[in-house]
Amino acid sequence: MSLLELDGITKSFGAIHALQGIDLTVAAGEAVGLMGDNGAGKSTLMKIIAGNFPPTGGRLRIEGQEVHFHKPLDARENGIEIVYQDLALCDNLTAAANVFLGRELKKSFGPIRYLDYRNMYRRAGELFGELKSETRPRDLVRQMSGGQRQAVAIARTRLSDPKLVLMDEPTAAISVRQVAEVLALIERLKETGHAVILVSHRMPDVFAVCDRVAVLRRGAKVADKHIGETSPEEVTGLITGAIEHA
Amino acid sequence: MTDTTEKQGAARSHAEIDDSITSRSEMTALQAAIRTQPFWVFVAIIAIGIVMNFVSDVFLSERNLFNITRNFAFFGIMALGMSAVICTAGIDLSVGSLMGLAGIVAGLVMQAGYGIVFGFLACMATAATVGFVNGVLIAYLRMAPFVVTLGMLAMARSIAMVVSNNKMIYEFGPDQDLFEWIGGESVIGVPNPVWVLIILTAVFWWVWRYSIWGRWVIAIGGNAHAAKLAGIPVERVVVSVYMLSSLCAGLAAFLMVGWFGSVTNALGLTYELNVIAASVIGGANLMGGVVYAVGAPIGAALMELIRNSLLLAGIDALWQQFFVGLFLILAVLLEQIRNRGRQ
Ligand SMILES: Nc1ncnc2c1ncn2[C@@H]1O[C@H](COP(=O)(O)OP(=O)(O)OP(=O)(O)O)[C@@H](O)[C@H]1O
Ligand SMILES: [Mg+2]
Repeated sequence: MSLLELDGITKSFGAIHALQGIDLTVAAGEAVGLMGDNGAGKSTLMKIIAGNFPPTGGRLRIEGQEVHFHKPLDARENGIEIVYQDLALCDNLTAAANVFLGRELKKSFGPIRYLDYRNMYRRAGELFGELKSETRPRDLVRQMSGGQRQAVAIARTRLSDPKLVLMDEPTAAISVRQVAEVLALIERLKETGHAVILVSHRMPDVFAVCDRVAVLRRGAKVADKHIGETSPEEVTGLITGAIEHA
Repeated sequence: MTDTTEKQGAARSHAEIDDSITSRSEMTALQAAIRTQPFWVFVAIIAIGIVMNFVSDVFLSERNLFNITRNFAFFGIMALGMSAVICTAGIDLSVGSLMGLAGIVAGLVMQAGYGIVFGFLACMATAATVGFVNGVLIAYLRMAPFVVTLGMLAMARSIAMVVSNNKMIYEFGPDQDLFEWIGGESVIGVPNPVWVLIILTAVFWWVWRYSIWGRWVIAIGGNAHAAKLAGIPVERVVVSVYMLSSLCAGLAAFLMVGWFGSVTNALGLTYELNVIAASVIGGANLMGGVVYAVGAPIGAALMELIRNSLLLAGIDALWQQFFVGLFLILAVLLEQIRNRGRQ
């Protein structure tokens, strides 16, 4: 049984038909690369899975159960974590505060509950360490480099033990070394039975870690193949439309 | 120094690096304070104080300090709530009118023979209702805070006029003495409203630093969309922020009416300007995401100090608003310059 099943997902923003009937399955321990030109609908699909907005039509199933997400929290409670393309960080807070945003660690003193700074800093530090990122938990996000910001957004998905991790261009702004760490993280997630959907414009990344690659073109899925059965050339052709279908 | 620490750090575990950063930031606690707006406004207050000590013998007299602190306590209390609103990139123009309405309601209830507890509860319930309406219109109907609270400024004042029947209230029922003591008297030489301000400032300091709600308010001010995606109940928090601002105004009204010993529906007229100015001078940034608990009393203190100094220096009182405005603009300019220096 697949972990995630999308069945005829459509999404319209007024007259714009961003998605037109997407079917997609992801199994536990599997990484699927999602590729497509700018505006193909990749982020829209990710946001639907993450509960940002409901699809106009179609069904979403998790472990065979149909689910309806009304808000991001619903998706999170169903074991879905996401790294947004725009990262969705609060610039005026520290790295650690951003990692724990909305699920702060607390201590209590009688009935009074307060922020547990010590453990949040410690845990955030550990997570950045795992990502081999030079991100200091106490630094304000405003003062951080693009790569450090990305590390903060990725570290967030490591707080819980999600079933499915969605990554919308997680390697867009980071150094070669950190790209390797993110790819290694995806490998580790797979080994531990997690599923990953990786949106990326970088062909080598997708071919390095993904088991399958799905290609979107103008809101429709035009290919869904095992990595071994395709090539970067074919995928490029599918993205641009030089190859109609595969 | 920073450089070597970082180089050694590469060889050490992350936890150790983290620890070294902790100790480093502890060493520079003063440096951190120097970077904040309230610190510089505080320096300005000390400077004005020193100058005034030479200009006037009365300035440092117990009587004068008593008056200054009591006068700014009301604005400081309201600025604490206003700072929360401004932190969410909002604004609350209705606080002055709300003072009038809440003060009249408290007066009417006690005049009718109910005790001070009922008077207080009625006052705060009125405030909470106004704040709730503001908050719901802003958070759920996504109306601009400026427009909503401007409308409320007009409506609250109007209701105050209607329910007071345009009459002054000076009889406050069975607990009149207690009521007037709370607003007008002092404990160990410190006026009661100042005690309230001190306690509230301490509470707010804790809230902004340690409470989850405070963290969420600051996050909303930084990036409301991100806060929403992170699962923070943004709408509910925004409503609570406007209610908080209103409750602060209600409390200030309750104390002020007790001090005056009477109330008319003109109570708090144009106070919103002073409260916003005090918040901004104290470091609140109208773009949102910045809040200091100590900023509210410090900003309010500076404004009262300007007023008092002009008075003692024999400068025409008509100049007062000019200087308040000048300091407001200087405070914002100062922040601009500091921000530029940081980038
Ligand atoms: N909130 C929205 N309102 C209206 N139109 C939208 C909205 N979000 C996305 N769209 C439209 O939907 C289409 C798909 O956008 P989407 O962001 O999913 O593309 P993408 O594949 O992620 O592109 P990129 O590679 O540039 O990130 C685009 O035409 C976009 O303009
Ligand atoms: Mg996108």
